[in-house]
Amino acid sequence: MSDIADTGPVLAADGTPLKRSLARALRVQKTRALLLIAPLLAFVLISFIWPIGVMLFRSVENEIVENTLPNTVKELATWDGGSQELPPQSAFEALYFDMFAATELKRHTRLGTRLNYEKTGISSLFRQSGRKLDDPGKDYRKALGAVTSDITKSATWLELISGASDAARSAPLVASQRQRLSTLDDRQIKGDLSFSPSADIVQLLPRAAREYTAFALYTELVDGKDVAKTKPWESVYVALAADLSDADVSGYNGPHAQMLRDLVAADVTAPDFRAIFTDIDKDWGALETWRTIQTHSKPYTSGYFLNAIDMQKTPEGAMAQPENKQILVKLFIRTLIMSLIIMGSCALLAYPVAWILANLPARKANILMIFVLLPFWTSLLVRTSAWKVMLQQQGVINDVLVWLGLVDDADRLIMINNQFGTIVAMTHILLPFMILPMYSVMQTINPSYLRAAKSLGATNWTAFWRVYFPQTIPGIGAGAILVFILSIGYYITPEIVGGTKGVFISNRIAYHISSSLNWGLAAALGTILLVVVLVLYWAYDKIVGIDNVKLG
Amino acid sequence: MAESKNNDAFVEFERVQKSYDGETLVVKDLNLTLPKGEFLTMLGPSGSGKTTCLMMLAGFETATHGDIRLDGVGINNIPPHKRGIGMVFQNYALFPHMTIAENLSFPLEVRKIGKSEREEKVKRALDMVEMGDFGGRRPAQLSGGQQQRVALSRALVFEPELVLMDEPLGALDKQLREKMQFEITNLAHSLGITTVYVTHDQTEALTMSDRVAVFDDGRIQQCAPPDQLYEEPDNSFVAQFIGENNTLLGTIKEIKGDQAVVQLDDGELIDCKPINVSKVGERTRVSIRPERVEFNKERLQPGAHTLKAEVLEFIYMGDIFRTRLRVAGNDEFIVKTRNAPDQVRLTPGTQVDIGWLPRDCRALDA
Ligand SMILES: Nc1ncnc2c1ncn2[C@@H]1O[C@H](COP(=O)(O)OP(=O)(O)O)[C@@H](O)[C@H]1O
Ligand SMILES: [Mg+2]
Repeated sequence: MSDIADTGPVLAADGTPLKRSLARALRVQKTRALLLIAPLLAFVLISFIWPIGVMLFRSVENEIVENTLPNTVKELATWDGGSQELPPQSAFEALYFDMFAATELKRHTRLGTRLNYEKTGISSLFRQSGRKLDDPGKDYRKALGAVTSDITKSATWLELISGASDAARSAPLVASQRQRLSTLDDRQIKGDLSFSPSADIVQLLPRAAREYTAFALYTELVDGKDVAKTKPWESVYVALAADLSDADVSGYNGPHAQMLRDLVAADVTAPDFRAIFTDIDKDWGALETWRTIQTHSKPYTSGYFLNAIDMQKTPEGAMAQPENKQILVKLFIRTLIMSLIIMGSCALLAYPVAWILANLPARKANILMIFVLLPFWTSLLVRTSAWKVMLQQQGVINDVLVWLGLVDDADRLIMINNQFGTIVAMTHILLPFMILPMYSVMQTINPSYLRAAKSLGATNWTAFWRVYFPQTIPGIGAGAILVFILSIGYYITPEIVGGTKGVFISNRIAYHISSSLNWGLAAALGTILLVVVLVLYWAYDKIVGIDNVKLG
Repeated sequence: MAESKNNDAFVEFERVQKSYDGETLVVKDLNLTLPKGEFLTMLGPSGSGKTTCLMMLAGFETATHGDIRLDGVGINNIPPHKRGIGMVFQNYALFPHMTIAENLSFPLEVRKIGKSEREEKVKRALDMVEMGDFGGRRPAQLSGGQQQRVALSRALVFEPELVLMDEPLGALDKQLREKMQFEITNLAHSLGITTVYVTHDQTEALTMSDRVAVFDDGRIQQCAPPDQLYEEPDNSFVAQFIGENNTLLGTIKEIKGDQAVVQLDDGELIDCKPINVSKVGERTRVSIRPERVEFNKERLQPGAHTLKAEVLEFIYMGDIFRTRLRVAGNDEFIVKTRNAPDQVRLTPGTQVDIGWLPRDCRALDA
């Protein structure tokens, strides 16, 4: 009908389609706006989103087992943890060399601590085993040294592994060992090795070459020492003994070929890795130990989350923790219930205060507002400690009650170091967060609504309940959400006045972060807390509607 | 409107005073009587105490002194919710969390009226203001005019005998306001309810009311039907406040019955009707409506005084001509003449003689 309809797209003054020139104009605006908020955006991302991301990641991250015992984990992949048999010799062998390197780099205790979360005792098993892993190496050095003392010399080893000067070199071995140490040490090992193992010797003595290369990389590039003058790791002798038992050295004619032939001829018994470990500690012969390692060998685990809800990961799947270790769910529920009570008591106390604030003449309201805000100007610790003074058995309240004769001196009320203390102190501390949103909502309610209601025949109570109160719900909602969310993650006050019965889940999180160092569990607990808050927020949105929340 | 002749006082203010701060009187000696069914408007500049009077009647403020009676009963000690007075507020005060139907049903619920009867009354009240289809909406979903109608029907739904309205049309645009003025008066008269209406808009007051009480400085300056108020203002405040008005300052020269001669400040003499002046020699402010000034000598009384005037400006306004003159030193003297075929159009600069009937020219307090 109109001429616009049949002349195609509308054109701007300069002939470009109007849509495009509009988009260009808007893009400039958007870019400018984005640039203006860029610093804030960066700040929020770095200081807020990123740590939360890290926390979420930590709660499932479990690379430590695979990083520390890479070959053991590989060997265990084929072992049936449900069977009644110990893992094969190859697994013990892998464990020996993995453990040895980890011990040299002082990484084994970390893993021990990690696995100890799952099975108590593993921590000390790892620590002790680490200490005793040298012994078999020393025995073999003595035994082999008795055949030819050359083998105990550092220089001999370097010549042996380097091979003939014109021999082919094995670069992959250096790369793989560099990778192994880097993963283990959690940092890149940089620099070049002063020699490289010959391909022949790598083929002839794979274990010894491997362990020696690892030793050399560590000695030269981490410790900064000369391999030619440093005694090789004891594991190198164990590796050599193992290699000699199935090596054919007759055709070899590189450096020290004769020595190798002598050693083979001496027929030193090959190491029995299982016996080595069961000698160190009989727990290595227990299926439980191996099952624990296998169960938690995946780089990502649900174990922390299971622990967080009083369960554990076992080869048979998720199982409940033993009765005496089930505390976290109880603590979660307690935190929720106490937060609800705190929220409720805050709402009850704040409503009349907010009402008075909103209905007083401005000058008096300002003075009263100072009293409401006063707590913000006092240190949280001071306020909490003040409650300690008030509530303790020899404290102000008890003294007054005794003085009044309401309470017998012999059985003064216990009001601190329990849930009551936490609720009282937290209600006091969080009260302003309830009052302020309530006040700001009440302030906007025109007094003519109440007048209208009364003119329509409502009594004071009906006018309040049917007309005023419903309009304050957004303020109550906002205050309630604020107080609840603050309270559910509160730490300091429960820590000081909560005793053992009045602590929150956050105190447990703090314990795992700073005392037990089980950061994975702390992260899982934190994540659950976050999810609980989000779920409650979502539920609130469904029931009350988040648009109904007015913070100011 | 025959009922309004019924002179039984329905609402009575007797010597009512009000002070908020104990220092100044916001309402000073208010005496006012409304018969049943009357539509009375309180008109006055902002701050003159109109709302305060209304709030005292509704029970939200207590009179500092004096009696307020409703249907012969003193209501000073009756709480607002028992007075049974309908109210319309300037901001409508529709409860935002209730639908329109719930808003209307509220006064019925608190009166414990049964559900079916309630629904019927709500429907009837909404139909009355042509808002029958909007019962399910929330106030925020309605336009200003619609909210206004709902507020009105809510104030009427419980069938009060007295309705108070405090500048109910203040927030509406001009066209809507005129429409609503008409609807409100119609409704009030057809239902026979007594209405006290507050406004600061004089056109609204004049077009809607049976009587208008002009407030200033906490007092009623004049309370009279609109025509009387316009044509026979009792004092110079009312004369100035209502409609357009020419004033000339002078001194009373002589008074004879309802005729007075005033000497204007430039020495000229004019004939007036003395209103609230009584002594010879008293200063006076002479008031004359622009449409009562005559150029045509034939229309004047024989022997009437006339004044010389110079035409300063002539404005053609379609239906009327508006001429600005210099009269007795006053440059703002306005004359309005009807655009009739024989009407003269004065050109600026000409000298004319003007005059008026003495009864149209009122000598008021200075
Ligand atoms: N609640 C109150 N407290 C103190 N002074 C008030 C109050 N309400 C009104 N006043 C004062 O009383 C005077 C009359 O006010 P009001 O009755 O609202 O006038 P109007 O409605 O005619 O504009 C004004 O000076 C106003 O400042
Ligand atoms: Mg007012």
